[in-house]
Amino acid sequence: MVKVTIDDIEIEVEVGTTILNAARKIGGDIVPPAMCYYSKLEVSGGKCRTCIVEVAAGSSADPRPMPKLVASCSTPVADGMIVKNKTSERVKENRAGVVEFLLINHPLDCPVCDQAGECHLQDLGYEHGKAKTRYEEERRTFDPIDIGDKIKLHMNRCILCYRCVNTAEQLTEQRVHGVMNRGEHAEISTYIEKAIDNDFSGNVIDVCPVGALTDKTFRFKSRVWFLKPMEGERNCEKCSGKAVLWMFGNEIYRVTARKDQYGEVEDIDGKTAWICNDCRFEKKDVNDWNVTGPRVIDRHSVISQGKYETKMNTKIKRIN
Amino acid sequence: MKGRKLLIENAHIPGITTFDVYQKNGGYRALDKALKSMSPNDVVEEVKKSGLRGRGGAGFPTGMKWSFLAKPEGVPRYLVCNADESEPGTFKDRYLMEHIPHLLIEGMILSSYALGANLSFIYIRGEFMWILEILEKAIAEAYSKGYLGKNIKGSGYDLDLRVVPGGGAYICGEETALIESLEGKRGNPRIKPPFPAVKGLWGCPTVVNNVESIAAVVPIVNEGGDAYAAIGIGRSTGTKLISACGNVARPGVYEIDLGVSVEEFIYGDDYCRGMANGKKLKACVPGGSSVPILPHYLVTKTATGEDRLMTYESLADGGFATGSMLGSGGFIVFDEDQCIVRNTWNFARFYAHESCGQCSPCREGTSWMEKVLYRLEHGNGNIRDIDLLAEINKKIEGNTICPLGDAAAWPVAAAINHFREEFEWHVTNREEAVSRNYGLSKEPVTA
Amino acid sequence: MKTHIDISKRKGERKEFSEASLVRIKELMSNVPEGKHKTAVIHVLHMAQSELGGWISVETMDYVAELLNITPIEVYEVATFYTMFHLDPTGKYVLEVCRTGPCMLVGSDKIIDYIEKKLAIKVGETTSDGLFTLKTVECLGACGYGPMLQCQYKNYEFLTTEKVDDLLNAMSNGILETYQS
Repeated sequence: MVKVTIDDIEIEVEVGTTILNAARKIGGDIVPPAMCYYSKLEVSGGKCRTCIVEVAAGSSADPRPMPKLVASCSTPVADGMIVKNKTSERVKENRAGVVEFLLINHPLDCPVCDQAGECHLQDLGYEHGKAKTRYEEERRTFDPIDIGDKIKLHMNRCILCYRCVNTAEQLTEQRVHGVMNRGEHAEISTYIEKAIDNDFSGNVIDVCPVGALTDKTFRFKSRVWFLKPMEGERNCEKCSGKAVLWMFGNEIYRVTARKDQYGEVEDIDGKTAWICNDCRFEKKDVNDWNVTGPRVIDRHSVISQGKYETKMNTKIKRIN
Repeated sequence: MKGRKLLIENAHIPGITTFDVYQKNGGYRALDKALKSMSPNDVVEEVKKSGLRGRGGAGFPTGMKWSFLAKPEGVPRYLVCNADESEPGTFKDRYLMEHIPHLLIEGMILSSYALGANLSFIYIRGEFMWILEILEKAIAEAYSKGYLGKNIKGSGYDLDLRVVPGGGAYICGEETALIESLEGKRGNPRIKPPFPAVKGLWGCPTVVNNVESIAAVVPIVNEGGDAYAAIGIGRSTGTKLISACGNVARPGVYEIDLGVSVEEFIYGDDYCRGMANGKKLKACVPGGSSVPILPHYLVTKTATGEDRLMTYESLADGGFATGSMLGSGGFIVFDEDQCIVRNTWNFARFYAHESCGQCSPCREGTSWMEKVLYRLEHGNGNIRDIDLLAEINKKIEGNTICPLGDAAAWPVAAAINHFREEFEWHVTNREEAVSRNYGLSKEPVTA
Repeated sequence: MKTHIDISKRKGERKEFSEASLVRIKELMSNVPEGKHKTAVIHVLHMAQSELGGWISVETMDYVAELLNITPIEVYEVATFYTMFHLDPTGKYVLEVCRTGPCMLVGSDKIIDYIEKKLAIKVGETTSDGLFTLKTVECLGACGYGPMLQCQYKNYEFLTTEKVDDLLNAMSNGILETYQS
């Protein structure tokens, strides 16, 4: 075990833990935001640079500060390391810079984006962004396209986090999409017009931090904050069969995996509860599911601000 | 051995690309010596003593880099030669490989022996395909003479050496991008840690060295590390290949003793022989396009009035405010007719074009700078754009996965620092700026 | 409006390597530890571009994937990353003129303009007779020998407008060997 101090809070973690995961162990507002890192994937992180932090002391053995800000998701802690996240002006300033970079080519089409309300980039922009843009150049644009009959790709909104590529690599037999071209021309693509089509392909929607990959069966059906998230279960041969059903009245509008406070698919019985395409796209009848109760959305998004959840919480508290 | 060329002295000898002529002229002597009378560690020690610093640009001590190589039991380790020479202004490695390929091969065998590698690679940029053929020919000769393969010259040491081409990507000069590319993937730099010395090629400990660094191991073993270290000044030891280009009378590759004055290098008869066409010097980028540009009054003298020397330290004298870097030795000279804004835009376009696109500050920031600079150069800029550029490059610098972000940011920062007036002139005299150049910048009056 | 990669013009006939090249590919694959043969992909793409029509079609990439026993997407990702690979049909001679700083200092802009006018095409275009494609590229490591261009892996250095005339004539007449650099 090693001791690390993050924003003046000390914690003991296992050797090899990253700064970000150490911070998540502490929890609360000292946790750096992460747009590309995804703890449930074997490979992820290091790319978006939103999780940068200042290392004020490298370790007790070598207490010199690290000259550059480091990506907390991919930098392991050392014994006696002192990290500054929200207590660092440098971090604040440079993170705002990263957010600006992520937004210069973003279409800011939130009013018509299905991800609105649960978008990590919206949250990031709100918390760390600037009110005005300084970008006067033409934005990079792509037409939305279908990649398969169930998934829509809005490359305009993509921040190239590589999560969907890593997810396909990890969950599916043969990955058929990847990143093509390079630099500002880099894009997510199958190159040939091939559908991303296998039992677990829908998970790329769940890992996408923005509205680049969205569920076509839910497209423009409803704003997420008008829906009630409910926990549902069914016997599924392919996956855990444990999902969140996004309902209006008795109708299921959308099915997603169950996600934790960092927007990552939750572990159930020690396994990441990815869901299969059957559960996600085909089972929209309430009779397909055993609805076990309301789902608390543990993220500071629009949904968790809604009255529905607050009422539920009060009720639960009262019962307890 | 002062004043002697250690690397390219024999490059002009007819037939030197062949094994026989190379050997007749003292080639493979260092390797014979090492295999007979030196342990791998002895070779490492000589390289440490020599003070050799990485010739690819960063200038990190080679011996120290070698000593970081992890050596777990039963895991192969690899030596990879970085022949992806792509930094604008730099064409020295190409010269060495084209003219005296066996020097690199001998250096590779020596260095592999020192590091205990049994399979080594030369990763060469794809645009140098004809040099790949030269190297493969030389390697085939070395195999047939018993200097490669099993039990080299009866020493019990085995080594295979392969040449692998790139496909056109500057970023593959970054060592982890190079490793990715060598594995047959996109040249995306890896997130560090882990460093290649621990986890490199195919997850095994790997050392990546520049062509010139590896070639320098040959004279170091031949003459001894101390003799090598006796050349040069302070921590800038040995000789260095400098590739001079731009508006000098005699562009080309020169092997200098580190410590030659910049004045002599530009104007001396042994080197560039002054400016081309009798023009005046306007500026100089002494170490490849990524290092800060120096205005004419800071090229041959430092800000404190001392002679500027061709050493790591002297070129960096004054830090980024009034100094630059020796870098890769790509020495680019600008005459009075050149436009700094146009050149800054050109370099920015280069880095935007070469960004791999993985991390947001580099992907978005480099192309943003390119667009702003394009407008400034083409008469559509505003004064606020100049400050914006300075702001963008502060947000890129230090925040990227690999040094490409810094390499893109520094030239813009330095150009604005030294040539702000010329940038402003482009905004206030738009039409004139499109049709003619600004000329020499004035030396600031210092207190 | 920029849009996604359009592969409608990037399809071609399936062509296959000569026996000698297949032997070479086997050798490249066996030059590395077992299971690491993906290393050969860039080299094989170069061979494909030279031997199978001057550019790399989707079909060629699929063929390369088969030969190397890797997935097509692995080849697409690589081929689209590296700028030496022409993924759209090209003319017989692809003129790649260096446009980076050191070459610009010694007049590459003029050379590019001159070729554009002479061939009546813009950068990125192919002449109507299918003979020439003009491209600009970033630094080719010939900074002291500029202006320069590369065509089919061969450098043409210290270019002047006269030399460009000679070169294009030699290419047009199919007697490139007579070109004196």
